[in-house]
Amino acid sequence: MSAAPHIECRDLTMAYDDYVIQRDLNFTIRRGDIFVIMGGSGCGKSTLLRQMIGLVRPAKGAVLYDGVDYWAASEREQRAMQRGFGILFQAGALWSSLTLAENVALPLQEFTTLPADLVAEVVTLKLSLVGLAGYEDYYPSEISGGMKKRAGLARAMALDPSILFFDEPSAGLDPLSSRRLDDLILELRDSLGATIVLVTHELPSIFAIANNSVFLDADTRTMIATGDPKELAAHGPDKVRAFLARGEA
Amino acid sequence: MALDSLPSEWRALLAVDGGPDAPRVNLTGDWDLRGTVPRYAQVASCFATAGRVTVTAAGLGAWDSSAVTFLAALKKDCEGRQVTVDDSALPEGLRRLLALAFAVPPPPPRESEPTPSFIGAIGLRWIKMWRDLPAMVTFAGEIMLSLARFVRGRARYRKRDFFWLVEEVGPRALPIVSLISFLVGTIVAYMGAVQLALFGASIYIADLVGIGVVREVAALMTGIILAGRTGAAYAAQIGTMQVNEEIDALRTLGLSPIDYLVLPRMLALLLMVPLLTLYAGIVGILAGMLIGVTVFDVGVYEYIHETIEALELKHFAVGLVKGTVYGALVAFAGCLRGMQCGRSAQAVGESTTSAVVLGILLITIAASILTVLFQKLGI
Repeated sequence: MSAAPHIECRDLTMAYDDYVIQRDLNFTIRRGDIFVIMGGSGCGKSTLLRQMIGLVRPAKGAVLYDGVDYWAASEREQRAMQRGFGILFQAGALWSSLTLAENVALPLQEFTTLPADLVAEVVTLKLSLVGLAGYEDYYPSEISGGMKKRAGLARAMALDPSILFFDEPSAGLDPLSSRRLDDLILELRDSLGATIVLVTHELPSIFAIANNSVFLDADTRTMIATGDPKELAAHGPDKVRAFLARGEA
Repeated sequence: MALDSLPSEWRALLAVDGGPDAPRVNLTGDWDLRGTVPRYAQVASCFATAGRVTVTAAGLGAWDSSAVTFLAALKKDCEGRQVTVDDSALPEGLRRLLALAFAVPPPPPRESEPTPSFIGAIGLRWIKMWRDLPAMVTFAGEIMLSLARFVRGRARYRKRDFFWLVEEVGPRALPIVSLISFLVGTIVAYMGAVQLALFGASIYIADLVGIGVVREVAALMTGIILAGRTGAAYAAQIGTMQVNEEIDALRTLGLSPIDYLVLPRMLALLLMVPLLTLYAGIVGILAGMLIGVTVFDVGVYEYIHETIEALELKHFAVGLVKGTVYGALVAFAGCLRGMQCGRSAQAVGESTTSAVVLGILLITIAASILTVLFQKLGI
């Protein structure tokens, strides 16, 4: 893990019209980090994620990927950057009219020139990596919530992204499934060497896997800490310590 | 080795040696999914008689899913034949991904139903439609019970929803109803007048348009507009609630979804349809008058007088009865398909389509029956 910043947010301000959600966010993410965006409900965690992946334009500030500002880049550069992202949405966001295999195959068909049988092989591999081998022909409506998350993860990994974004990966899962998903994310990070950015407010997830974080505070509408959550739990500001100790902001 | 006959660009990535009993595979170079990717299927023959396969990665540069896919295929093929694959010399990441891919055994295959033949498909379709009938009758019965509760003042629904629905169904449909009634009115007038003018009887356009539009056309057009506009909206609204488990939430509170969702929608349509039909009839007559006066030189007062002479109250009554029946059928079809909706985005689309199709089908059937009935009754 090199120390050079891989992703950097500079003076980022998020707002809906005049209503500021968060201001002056400054933090860096190193290559290979597992980075957690923490904070209470409604403090703007998901919005921050959406600005980082290019869905919502920030009111002010910059998001830099290897030194290039995403929001100042041309549309072509933006698309090239997005191709390096793998995103797992909150409920999986699988396309309901496609089978799991078709869901995972779609990015491969759109962005590579692989022959159909190789696409099928890669799809089978991705699904078996998330423990869904044999579920190729199932539709999203036929599988459970945890399986949808894992299938979403397989789709997020389809193009071998260098950065994986997760929005509340363990929301709505039982503790055991959530643990398994954490293990899976860790395993994939270690073997793929990808950087992982995740939004969560669940403590087991934070402690189990993260080595870097930012804490957004809903009251002051800005970040109050950034760094390794284990250190923040010991030496961070009171509010962060309280959050990490009891799970409240 | 069979590898010699393979594309030369693969040699930069793959080497096999060590003889057929214990082949050694070495991955080298950069494996990139967007570049050349060796396929296991084409080198599988090298391993057909192997007792043990060793995989190494001396000189392997960058790698991605292409390498994992290749190795997974190799491992699956060999382990299926009880052949040991030694991958201990692989980079740790690659080895762990490979292990992960085989960590969860696949579930037993699903028993899939064989695709029916053409005749079989027709048969299944008929059976499905046949089974739909009792569901429709049941639903109609539930609506009747709900209406009975409503009449006794015991149905629970939200008044605010009802007024919102009334506005949505009635006033907001006026522009499209005006446009279509006007255009259909001009068509009826023009088609009829061209023929009547041959006999020098242009004045009877007023009778033709007046009776035709008020008795049949206004109700039919209003019904079809509502099927597309309101029936589809009902199916989509209720269907989406079904997807979000909102209807289950109502049921668990002991609230009847029929009272809560279907009844106000039925009532809103039943209240608004006669008004819309009447309005459509008047717009149609005005359109006919415009054509009669401008194109066929009928006087304005003559036209109005002739229309009043021709139209009797019974014609209005027939039109209003028909319109009301069509409206009830549209609401029925929309709510039925909404309540029957499955739990996915696609299901909502299907039930919306089906609501419009069923609505128009029911309107057409009702139109034939009512027309014959009124003729026989001499109304």
